[in-house]
Amino acid sequence: MGSRASTLLREEEIEEIKKETGFSHSQITRLYSRFTSLDKGENGTLSREDFQRIPELAINPLGDRIINAFFPEGEDQVNFRGFMRTLAHFRPIEDNEKNKNPTASEPLNSRSNKLLFAFRLYDLDRDDKISRDELLQVLRMMVGVNISDEQLGSIADRTIQEADTNGDSCISFQEFIKASLVEKLCETCF
Amino acid sequence: MELFFNPFDNLLCILLGISFTVWFTLLLVFIIVPAIFGVSFGIRRLYMKTLLKIFEWATLRIERGAKEKNHHLYKPYSNAIIAREPTSLEEEIKEIRRSGSNKDLDSASEFEMSDIFYFARRGVESIMDDEVTKRFSAEELESWNLLTRSNNNFTYISLRLTVLWGLGLLIRYGFLLPLRVTLAFTGVGLLVFLTSVIGLLPNGRMKNFLSEKVHLMCYRICVRALTAIITYHDSENKPKNGGICVANHTSPIDVIILASDGCYAMVGQIHGGLMGVIQRSMVKACPHVWFERSEVKDRHLVAKRLSDHVQDKSKLPILIFPEGTCINNTSVMMFKKGSFEIGATVYPVAIKYDPRFGDAFWNSSKFGMVSYLLRMMSSWAIVCSVWYLPPMSREEGEDAVQFANRVKAAIARQGGLVDLLWDGGLKREKVKDTFKEEQQKLYSKMLRPSWTPLTT
Repeated sequence: MGSRASTLLREEEIEEIKKETGFSHSQITRLYSRFTSLDKGENGTLSREDFQRIPELAINPLGDRIINAFFPEGEDQVNFRGFMRTLAHFRPIEDNEKNKNPTASEPLNSRSNKLLFAFRLYDLDRDDKISRDELLQVLRMMVGVNISDEQLGSIADRTIQEADTNGDSCISFQEFIKASLVEKLCETCF
Repeated sequence: MELFFNPFDNLLCILLGISFTVWFTLLLVFIIVPAIFGVSFGIRRLYMKTLLKIFEWATLRIERGAKEKNHHLYKPYSNAIIAREPTSLEEEIKEIRRSGSNKDLDSASEFEMSDIFYFARRGVESIMDDEVTKRFSAEELESWNLLTRSNNNFTYISLRLTVLWGLGLLIRYGFLLPLRVTLAFTGVGLLVFLTSVIGLLPNGRMKNFLSEKVHLMCYRICVRALTAIITYHDSENKPKNGGICVANHTSPIDVIILASDGCYAMVGQIHGGLMGVIQRSMVKACPHVWFERSEVKDRHLVAKRLSDHVQDKSKLPILIFPEGTCINNTSVMMFKKGSFEIGATVYPVAIKYDPRFGDAFWNSSKFGMVSYLLRMMSSWAIVCSVWYLPPMSREEGEDAVQFANRVKAAIARQGGLVDLLWDGGLKREKVKDTFKEEQQKLYSKMLRPSWTPLTT
């Protein structure tokens, strides 16, 4: 029930989430209201079905992978803190954060954390490498039945050839960063 | 001892008797008689204006209280969380590739690893806020209307406000609710009784005339039973015989609101219980279109019966809600094309409720019919506006779906609602896979458009 939003979230919790994720007070209450409206079972956590009930997400070709990103290893429920932590990756980097103290712990929406999020969409088995199979899987999700296996295979081979610098036929995190020249990218699109 | 009690008892009885009589006379004079003749004393509008002033004061008080305690207020619409511009899949992915790559764009029209950013961002945006799921729950209010059910800033109440709220509670449950329930029973009872009586008359002009009067009178009593304050606009466009009236659907009350201003033939499934009794007696007085449960599935049968009805010019216009389900009155969702295939003139009607006085949306997954009606009758009032739009017909070369979308756009524009292409059935069902396949097809065109896709 969205209308009980700010009454169930205590001020201390809001402050903690603010420190951890960098969202503002009003953004946090807004997202909490969203969280409770998605939580049909009203038990304080979201399951994969709760996410799949959003039509715009259900028709997204990468919908399942994105939903997966919210759930920690092997778990089926995500609570509000976990929800916010994942959403924090998509908070735009603000100017006053760029000059922060380099020894402070890295904010969730830092450049490398955003890249890691995208990398993990490909790297399903979390071995820090994108193999040819993993690349093919994501490609297949994005194009559906419209491109044949051979054509898709040659796209994958070409991509790995261009990006792979150490010759192991896989794309590591560093190679991923270089391949998308993503430094500039994060600022414009996330 | 006996002598002592008797006069006291007597006095009590007399007092009770007098107050009952006064009560009923007031009821009759101020509510039932105007309902019969269709006039209004303006009491409800005065009530509405007073309430608005009180609500404004209450909101200011909450804001002041929150400022004093240095707390933040929850305001649903002033905190937009995403800034979204409408762009196509192709444009956005090109933009992503352009900003990330220093290669010439034409030669790089193949796959880039950064393409997933588009889908990832869209996916997370829809998790934060999407257009569809919020239509199936009550609209959130910016200001408080003294009902606990719509209060988001519950902790920031002062003593005066609490007293006011308590007073409101007393008035609503102690005075308004019993009054409204009495009226509702009167209205429904009269409807059932009088339509059954009229059903005994032979078919003819007298019967139609009386049936019209009786229906209007009973619906007007029901309107007062809900304290519905309705403003009708553009009544010159009211639906005529042989036409179909379509409107956006928010609650079962929509029927009462429209039927108290004109006579319609209702369409629906026959229910059991009280609903069924009402339906069966209504159809005695004038022809409505009721379907058995088994007939509802047969689309051809439904279409045939509807088109037979509209072709008979002596029968009343049909009232249909093409969305098929209740939506929360912030948007209009997909219209089912069945009623637009019949070929009759369509009279669109837009209904917009004012949420400040009471939320009229029926969330059928949360409330049953009876608890919904009780909630309605214990709100302050139901305030709404009804616009009769000019009639529309299907044009040359336009198919039923395009016609339905055109009517839907007109209704959405008039009522100030968001026009969505999504199906209201998504309230209960999953979205079809064809939409995902469309997205996939669009994306695969981006990878080497010269390749012919495997499926067209």
